[in-house]
Amino acid sequence: MSRLKILALLPLAAALSGCDYVVLAPAGDIAAQQRDLVIISTVLMLLIVVPVMALTVLFAWRYRQSNTAARYEPEWDHSTKLELVIWSAPLLIIVCLGALTWMGTHLLDPYRTLGRIHAERAVDQSKAPLEVDVVALDWKWLFIYPDYGIATVNELAAPVDRPINFRITASSVMNSFYIPALAGQIYAMPGMETKLHAVVNHAGTYKGFSANYSGAGFSGMHFNFQGLDDKGFDAWIASAKSAGGSLGRSEYLQLEKPSQNEPVRRWGTVDADLYRLILNMCVETGKMCQSEMMAIDAKGGNGHEGLNNTLPLTYDKYARRGTVLGPEPTFVAGACTPDAPQGQTTASIKAPADIAPLTGAGLKRPTFTPLKSSSFFLGLRPKSDS
Amino acid sequence: MSPELLKLIFGRLGFESLPLHEPIVVGTFVVVALGGAALLGGLTYFRLWGYLWREWFTTVDHKRIGIMYMILGIVMLLRGFADALMMRGQQMLAFGGSEGYLNAHHYDQVFTAHGVIMIFFVAMPLVTGLMNYVVPLQIGARDVSFPFLNNFSFWMTVGGAVLVMASLFIGEFARTGWLAYPPLSNIGYSPDVGVDYYIWALQVAGVGTTLSGINLICTIVKLRCPGMTMMKMPVFTWTSLCTNVLIVASFPVLTVVLALLSLDRYVGTNFFTNDFGGSPMMYVNLIWIWGHPEVYILVLPAFGIFSEVTSTFSGKRLFGYTSMVYATVVITILSYLVWLHHFFTMGSGASVNSFFGITTMIISIPTGAKMFNWLFTMYRGRIRYELPMMWTIAFMLTFVIGGMTGVLLAVPPADFVLHNSLFLIAHFHNVIIGGVVFGAFAGINYWFPKAFGFKLDPFWGKMSFWFWVTGFYLAFMPLYVLGLMGVTRRLRVFDDPSLQIWFVIAAIGAVFVFIGILSMLMQFAVSLLKREQLKDVTGDPWDARTLEWATSSPPPDYNFAFTPVVHDNDAWWDMKKRGYQRPLTGFKPIHMPSSTGTGVILAGLATAMGFGLIWYIWWLAAVSFIAMLAVGIGHTFNYHRDFDIPAEDVIRTEDARTKLLAGAK
Amino acid sequence: MTIAVNPTQTGEPVFYLADEHPHPEGYSTSLGFWIYLMSDCLIFAILFATFGVLGGNYAAGPAPKDLFDLNLVAVNTSMLLLSSITYGFAMLTMQQNKIAQTQMWLAITGLFGAAFIGIELTEFAHMIHEGATPQRSAFLSAFFTLVGTHGLHVSCGLIWLVTLMVQVQKFGLIEANRRRLMCLSMFWHFLDVVWIGVFTFVYLLGVLR
Repeated sequence: MSRLKILALLPLAAALSGCDYVVLAPAGDIAAQQRDLVIISTVLMLLIVVPVMALTVLFAWRYRQSNTAARYEPEWDHSTKLELVIWSAPLLIIVCLGALTWMGTHLLDPYRTLGRIHAERAVDQSKAPLEVDVVALDWKWLFIYPDYGIATVNELAAPVDRPINFRITASSVMNSFYIPALAGQIYAMPGMETKLHAVVNHAGTYKGFSANYSGAGFSGMHFNFQGLDDKGFDAWIASAKSAGGSLGRSEYLQLEKPSQNEPVRRWGTVDADLYRLILNMCVETGKMCQSEMMAIDAKGGNGHEGLNNTLPLTYDKYARRGTVLGPEPTFVAGACTPDAPQGQTTASIKAPADIAPLTGAGLKRPTFTPLKSSSFFLGLRPKSDS
Repeated sequence: MSPELLKLIFGRLGFESLPLHEPIVVGTFVVVALGGAALLGGLTYFRLWGYLWREWFTTVDHKRIGIMYMILGIVMLLRGFADALMMRGQQMLAFGGSEGYLNAHHYDQVFTAHGVIMIFFVAMPLVTGLMNYVVPLQIGARDVSFPFLNNFSFWMTVGGAVLVMASLFIGEFARTGWLAYPPLSNIGYSPDVGVDYYIWALQVAGVGTTLSGINLICTIVKLRCPGMTMMKMPVFTWTSLCTNVLIVASFPVLTVVLALLSLDRYVGTNFFTNDFGGSPMMYVNLIWIWGHPEVYILVLPAFGIFSEVTSTFSGKRLFGYTSMVYATVVITILSYLVWLHHFFTMGSGASVNSFFGITTMIISIPTGAKMFNWLFTMYRGRIRYELPMMWTIAFMLTFVIGGMTGVLLAVPPADFVLHNSLFLIAHFHNVIIGGVVFGAFAGINYWFPKAFGFKLDPFWGKMSFWFWVTGFYLAFMPLYVLGLMGVTRRLRVFDDPSLQIWFVIAAIGAVFVFIGILSMLMQFAVSLLKREQLKDVTGDPWDARTLEWATSSPPPDYNFAFTPVVHDNDAWWDMKKRGYQRPLTGFKPIHMPSSTGTGVILAGLATAMGFGLIWYIWWLAAVSFIAMLAVGIGHTFNYHRDFDIPAEDVIRTEDARTKLLAGAK
Repeated sequence: MTIAVNPTQTGEPVFYLADEHPHPEGYSTSLGFWIYLMSDCLIFAILFATFGVLGGNYAAGPAPKDLFDLNLVAVNTSMLLLSSITYGFAMLTMQQNKIAQTQMWLAITGLFGAAFIGIELTEFAHMIHEGATPQRSAFLSAFFTLVGTHGLHVSCGLIWLVTLMVQVQKFGLIEANRRRLMCLSMFWHFLDVVWIGVFTFVYLLGVLR
């Protein structure tokens, strides 16, 4: 396979030297395997595309009107043998490609934990992978390192050869989290969590950005991803720690307001529950978390009580905005007090990390803790008409 | 006046809605206004309004409606292409700290409008126009099944186009990308009129498209001339049938998904919101359940055109007619099983992703078979390199590249690194320009003499061809390269100066294409001037094979004096070969549908209603809706919708042709 | 296509019809209307799918079992089913060319249809008054839209029905009016079938879940 790869790369490399073909020459093992798949599939398809193009040119030339020497058979319109060939040749290629796709898709499922660091090295199971929580904001990236208790904006770093587990969500609209040198992209969506497992093999600074248009500040929504050696990474963590500052709920609500071309920012401490609250869209005080809402819904809703648990929306990222014909905007009130956010414990509950090889995993709903059926509105203004 | 009253009358429309602060838009407006005034003045001066209204706007003749669709497509192509030039210019300039010349507010509208216009108001009208013109002629029918509906469908498409154009000067267009994914397109993040313009333009045009689809299916199923069994239909008719089945089975999905989005935006329901249990992912699924078949809606008729052209200009029967038909049908069915490949990166599991990846690849098998069929049609032929055949060869060479990159993108892990990149942009332009646009141009050059009675000028046609083809490669090959460098789409400014050279090449390519478009307009103008030299008196200028060439160019209103009888799938070829003698006597009156202005009025009211809803001018929406109901119901009270062309008229027309044919010999 | 395309006595192939009859008026109408109905069916299919996806998302609000009054819905369903039967009678009497009776059955059908719409609107008004508005949750959005779209179709059917009654009165049971009555008949029964789906899928299964 590697010989094939080199062969295919040669003309490309010759023609395109001097530019950074990051998709073809990535720094992470996942992206490298994806690159291999790109190249192998291209070569497979060239097996049929090149002959077709050659035949097109050949026939177009040979059977031109002025070439009276060529045979002319105006009534010849069928040949079972040829038909067999023209249906089976593409079919064979697609059978090969389909097998490749099936295997590749499962092996490179972004939800699948890593089995190897790179082609020659398996994952060291004794070392824990690096956990990073990613939040796409308007229009910047927030990275939370739960194991280190730090957070950054528009800057991401990871030690070389240590698997990274990304948990990805967004605050308002859809984005796509993409570091071409590291691994393929995956969408970042509000109220939902996607996952990405990757590893970086070479130290260096690489580009990361949103690959899904998300509004006015989209062009400036990029960051640098640094692959560092262990020492460098520790130093980086230490410098972030020393940056001081604390990212809590109120700071986050300030941060998530739309802004463009944000510079790098760091916080030395971060609210351990923040990511869970962002994911469940309940950073604002008094708002019901999605996890709680889904738990209630799974049990059949809140009944008639549920008709009165909405409150007028006073906070919105852009402005307080309703629809022209609809009622004033509201939100569902959470059944908890601001001082004791419910489900504190869920932050440490993790979805099963290892998925059996070749099964893949579907998009998970955010995890939730079923709530004791208490429904009180301590300190919250009741809905006006109730 | 009090603000409440103003709000009641004008909704949210006010002077501040006019983009007077955007010099580019103001400049465009001045040019368009002057041009429009000149056009309207000219029409008035030459007293053409009555003629246009009687003979064109209210016509139910499928041929004239087809031509009007083509004109709409070409006019909108100019608008859509202006957007393309602006984007290429912006991306070429915005390097090294430069912001370019478009701000985000303007640039984001430009790329959205470009996509929407090119798909809905360029590609769709071109394809629908060709089907409308050619299909009834190819099956030996006098018109479509529902001629009034045909007129109405056309004007609804125009209504949608009018709304999109209005957004340029009144308010703004969507800033969401051409498929308007929520939550971005929902009221919270796009509170302005842009998305509402998008919704109502597509809804109004979508009604037209769906009805036109129903109409053409009925026409093909019910109105084929005697002897033309399904397996004797010309391939273009087959692909048209499949395309219209796709239209009817997919546009309702678009209608629903846009209706749900408008409910979210107007009354605050929670289909695609983040909160209250809404699911933006459902929008993405639904819109692509429409969106993927849409791709085949566009490309299948192009495949049909290439089949006709290859066989005509190779002077040979089409190789593998049966497998061509089955390939088309298989593509039609499979096109519903692949929609998820547009969002592998949304996080579906590996099994789901690979299922949709593999179904996508399977489509390439029938498509590949088609490619071979054209190839073997050329094999042992006598190929004449007229313009339609040149476009076909360019298509064959270009489309395989686009097909290859398409299959590559269908491999989910490959898609993870190339999704939403400029590689993807290059891919779909490669198939849409290389397939649909080249196909439409082949079709225009092929059927133009049929429609107007004279051929198109070959010199300017070749200019257009070469500029288009080289321009296409210059504009899009760099985008493949940029995609491999990990450059994503819809970016307005760039940091990395090493990328700039590629954008400059792409911009040069766009200029080439622009020259190609101008050459095409020039080709039309020159051909009109030289129409006597380019005249086609035989009705069969290409020595072609299907039934549309059996009648005169342009065909009489009734298409065929006598309904043809078909024995072979190359019906006209068969007639010529077996010594068909054109009947000279025995003409009878011919029953035809009569013109009506109802379609124009209904579509105009629908457009006004759309405008009212966009700007929250409720009285306008309500009045136009009620008027629409009234006019629609009123129309059903008219039971006399057709007339007889008297036998004398038929005799006069046919005698004139006899003389013309005699003169040609 | 049963028109003979055999060679004439002289053995010359026939390439055109010397003596043809134009297609009768409305030749393609029933096929066209069927295709239209199928496209409409797709609209409902998508709305059903939407309800299927969002139907459990109550947003901590009320669920079907808290909101639906199955007795009322049963009455409503019977209204629509009866209207289909009476439409059938209208078609039977139309076959016998009895204008007055046809009109009577059409009027009864219209009354049943209007009753259906009335009951549905009452149900909606009651729910909205309670606070179970379409804005309250994705489930309610999907519910109101699916059921409302069906109601809108029935309302359009009623307008059409009245128009046709006027036309039958004015022009009699001419061929064109028979064709139109046939189309409306298909439309009306189609809505009935869709309602069976709504009743089962939305109301019965909703209360069960």
